[in-house]
Amino acid sequence: MVGVKKIKNAPWSAKIGILMVSITLLTALFAPVIAPFDEAEKVGDIWLAPGGKTILGTDQLGRDLFTRMVYGARNTIAIALLITFLAFLVGVVTGLMAATVGGWLDMIFSRIVDVFMAFPALILTLMILSILGTSIPVLIIVIALLDATKVFRLARALAMDITVMEFVEVARLRGEGLRWIIIKEILPNALPALIAEFGLRFCFIFLFISALSFLGLGIQPPAADWGSMVRENAGAISFGIFVPLYPAAAIAFLTVGINLVVDWFLHISAQIRAQ
Amino acid sequence: MNSIFGIVVKRLAAGLVTILVVSALIFVGIEALPGDPATAILGQQATEENLAALRKELKLDLPPHIRYFSWLNGFIHGDLGRSLSNQRPVSEMIGWRFSNTLFLALSAACIAVPLALSLGLLAALYKDTMLDKSLSIASLSAISFPEFFVGYILIAIFSVKLHMFPSVASINDGMSFLQKLNVIVLPCITLMLVVLAHMMRMTRASVIGILTSPYIEMARLKGVEMRAIITKHALPNALAPIVNVVIMDLAWLIVGVVVVEVVFVYPGLGQLLVDSVSKRDLPVVQASGLIFACTYILLNLTADILSILANPKLRIPK
Amino acid sequence: MERLLTIKKLVIEGRWDDNIKVLIDNVSLHLDRGEVLGLIGESGAGKSTLGLASMGYVRTGCHIASGSIEFDGKELTKASENELNLLRGNRITYVAQSAAASFNPAHRLLRQFVESPLRHGLMDYTQAKEKAIELYRRFNLPYPETIGYRYPHQVSGGQLQRAMIAMAMATNPDLIIFDEPTTALDVTTQIEVLATIKEAIRMQSGSAIYITHDLAVVAQLANRIIVLKNGKLIEEGITREMMESPKEAYTRDLLNVRRQRKEASQPIEDVVLNISNVIAGYTKETTIVKNISLKVHRKRTVAVVGESGSGKTSLARVITGLLPLWEGKIFFYDKELPPDAAKRDRELLRHMQMIYQMPDVALNPRQKIRRILGRPLEFYFGTTGRKKENRVQELLDLIELPSDYYNRYPSELSGGEKQRVCIARALAAEPDLIICDEITSALDQLVAEGILKLLHDLQNNLGVSYLFITHDLATVRAIADEVVVMYQGEIVERGNKRKMFRNPSNDYTKLLLSSIPEMDPDWLDNLLSERQQEGKSIIAPS
Repeated sequence: MVGVKKIKNAPWSAKIGILMVSITLLTALFAPVIAPFDEAEKVGDIWLAPGGKTILGTDQLGRDLFTRMVYGARNTIAIALLITFLAFLVGVVTGLMAATVGGWLDMIFSRIVDVFMAFPALILTLMILSILGTSIPVLIIVIALLDATKVFRLARALAMDITVMEFVEVARLRGEGLRWIIIKEILPNALPALIAEFGLRFCFIFLFISALSFLGLGIQPPAADWGSMVRENAGAISFGIFVPLYPAAAIAFLTVGINLVVDWFLHISAQIRAQ
Repeated sequence: MNSIFGIVVKRLAAGLVTILVVSALIFVGIEALPGDPATAILGQQATEENLAALRKELKLDLPPHIRYFSWLNGFIHGDLGRSLSNQRPVSEMIGWRFSNTLFLALSAACIAVPLALSLGLLAALYKDTMLDKSLSIASLSAISFPEFFVGYILIAIFSVKLHMFPSVASINDGMSFLQKLNVIVLPCITLMLVVLAHMMRMTRASVIGILTSPYIEMARLKGVEMRAIITKHALPNALAPIVNVVIMDLAWLIVGVVVVEVVFVYPGLGQLLVDSVSKRDLPVVQASGLIFACTYILLNLTADILSILANPKLRIPK
Repeated sequence: MERLLTIKKLVIEGRWDDNIKVLIDNVSLHLDRGEVLGLIGESGAGKSTLGLASMGYVRTGCHIASGSIEFDGKELTKASENELNLLRGNRITYVAQSAAASFNPAHRLLRQFVESPLRHGLMDYTQAKEKAIELYRRFNLPYPETIGYRYPHQVSGGQLQRAMIAMAMATNPDLIIFDEPTTALDVTTQIEVLATIKEAIRMQSGSAIYITHDLAVVAQLANRIIVLKNGKLIEEGITREMMESPKEAYTRDLLNVRRQRKEASQPIEDVVLNISNVIAGYTKETTIVKNISLKVHRKRTVAVVGESGSGKTSLARVITGLLPLWEGKIFFYDKELPPDAAKRDRELLRHMQMIYQMPDVALNPRQKIRRILGRPLEFYFGTTGRKKENRVQELLDLIELPSDYYNRYPSELSGGEKQRVCIARALAAEPDLIICDEITSALDQLVAEGILKLLHDLQNNLGVSYLFITHDLATVRAIADEVVVMYQGEIVERGNKRKMFRNPSNDYTKLLLSSIPEMDPDWLDNLLSERQQEGKSIIAPS
């Protein structure tokens, strides 16, 4: 569908985006190989300047910042990916079914989603966390379910647009079953928009987790995580040491990259549709 | 006229119902979550006495509907219960902080909205020029940046290096209006940035969509010049989608305020919420969560009603 | 006669991403005061582009590469935006194809009417308003004093079109450009609007350019006709001369397009489809199909004719089981059909196939032709592998498409080719009955003619029956054996095609038949004076 030729012809912004995303993903993937030290290993004094053993210096407990950043990429990206997959699984399946089956199924799902969406996500998450605590499984399930509501809305809207096209009716009149119609007729047409949305959702979830960690309610120390690292090192700012900016900038780096790629992807899929 | 009134009333009623449902969920929803709240709050080591006392305090011994109505009764009389951590009435803690949060949010909104609309309009009019492209890249970046990133950069530059604004936004009633403004400049800009970018992109998209409609082409074929086309022909139709975007973003603003308040240690409702979540101070969490939720719902409701009013097809049925 | 518009060797190019396409290829034409010039061609011929160019306007992405456009002595290609704005909406006005899309949904009709005369300083508000009311009255719009205060969405399609024509006349322009103004309208509504246009042209005794794909329509209004194909000027001539003896083969083809006829054949015993007293609707209060009975015989074509709102499409949905009926029965051969498609078994579904109006949405854009045609073979007959591929090739032959098309996506095919694929998909099931729902309405006339001929051949060779739903009587004449006329959910007349065309008994049928534009340039005038004499309203009874 999107051939290598298309990538060669992409505008420079898209190429930069692809580069940014690739660097980050590869770092996360090969973290144990790249990182010079262990995740929680103390290597020197607090907030040392870059140089010597440490490429970026040390953090508020004397651990190597570079190692922490590398492992931070791995931890946060892994969790964010998992959550996005879950959200998509739940959201796409329920959304497509609601649009295709319609009737009471659609009504029930839509009402439930409406109730959830009446809450600002952050507030709801905070409230649930105050009761259940901030363990990783809780985080994953809560955020995945909340985000699934948005995916549901999109999948449902896409499917509704597609279901009214006559070729779906042709399949129905042929006697095709629900599974065939959803998988073979509707899904291939919804795929481009869903892929773009996956990128955007991942971005949002990544930022959300980082924000939660920043507030102290996300990934807990000593696990390395960019959001928590900002929080832990925040005190350094007043001393003129800009350590907390590194993990914050890393977050921005990844999300900007993804947004650039998604933007370009949306542009070419609109082009394909216009043909 | 009857029908607009009817539509608005119906929407308001729906909003009220939503708020009631939401508040019920907040207070009763604890039941639905796995585990015993009292144990979750006090920990596994807590004694049976303490657990019982806490359950009584949280009224967990009462059946859900009675608990809800007793809370609702209290709410109407201004009593929101007591904080678990410092035993002060919750309403006292919330009141002042909520007004602070509103102050911050409104200041951000006042700058962001006009700026976003103008920039969005310009970007649409000068589509694909350098101006449009640079605005596009800038807004894309702004949407991608986490608020704390922006916040700390601003602090690093304007506070630590340039000493122009304070890094900690502590505010109190003794200050003059101008002093307060000085304190909130940095948090305001931080809060505003993401919302500004999003609103600008949506405005641009709406205006471009409208400018390519057949009726705009018709206006050009009638010899109407560009300025009149934009102000008289395009804008009335852009009103509905733009109003929608603006208010949805304002609703988001209410939420973004949480992180910003923590970054700048601003004494607002967001910071209170975060603190009480860490401390498992349930009554405070419930009350502040409810206030945030209600504001959010009310704003969405307003967006709904305004976009109906702005659309002649919905305002005046066939 | 004074020369008003001269276009010399005009070349207009359009650019999409990196491709440049020539939209108007070296076209020259002229127009004198008081003349009506007809611009005719199929879709993509460049008629709209040329019409807009007469106002010095090109759409975004297009530009004038070379040539000149001179209006009343002024060279438009060199004029400034200000100078052009002075001319547009003032001395040259435009009537678009879709009034619903071209009126600003946020402004009332009257406001949009007075905009041009006010801004060009031609009259004040009161005068403009009076003129609007007078024109609305002239054009037979209901409540002419108050209709101006309505919003576009509150007014029906035909009325809106007339309001747009009125708006175009507000400034007493020298030239009005009509761009396919009746294409989207019902045949009976079309008459009203054509009468309006004729009146408008007569009233302002100015000039007009009339753009359409329908040669019969343009013959009623134009003094001269220009034929366009792919941006090139094919032929130009005085209307009567061109209609009687066209010089170019393409023009001849366009003229012959309504001449297709089918000779009705004798009915054969078997009744394939028997619909008996069917009543159906979407809600119990509003029935759309009211007590319909009809029969389709083997190897015969029954045409169901009606305009929008007649219920003909709903009838098709009832037959296929997508719209459940409240009362009545449907029999296929002698088996009673369950009203709900979901309850019909595969064999039953196989024997009855349906083809839709818009081939773009009837084919899954993400499936190749081999998949689209192969699936019914797999599904109904269990054919797979080499046998399936061979059968797909056979089907492609049947619909007269090249064999390498099996590997293409629908987006790589033209409109007519896509519709042929839809026909092949229906044939793959080896059905006894095919329901055709307006299948030629969205196609160019020449392409549609090819499709009709194909259907005719298929019926002769394969013995398949058609239930052909359409609003176009010329199509009915070309393919039907029997005709059923529907109006507001009921059958108002039925019978053998030839008898009905010669001797219709029902008033509505008569109205419908008389509303088909004929190739005779005097047809419209004759019809209008006939109707006036009879004192009949030209608006269909409601």
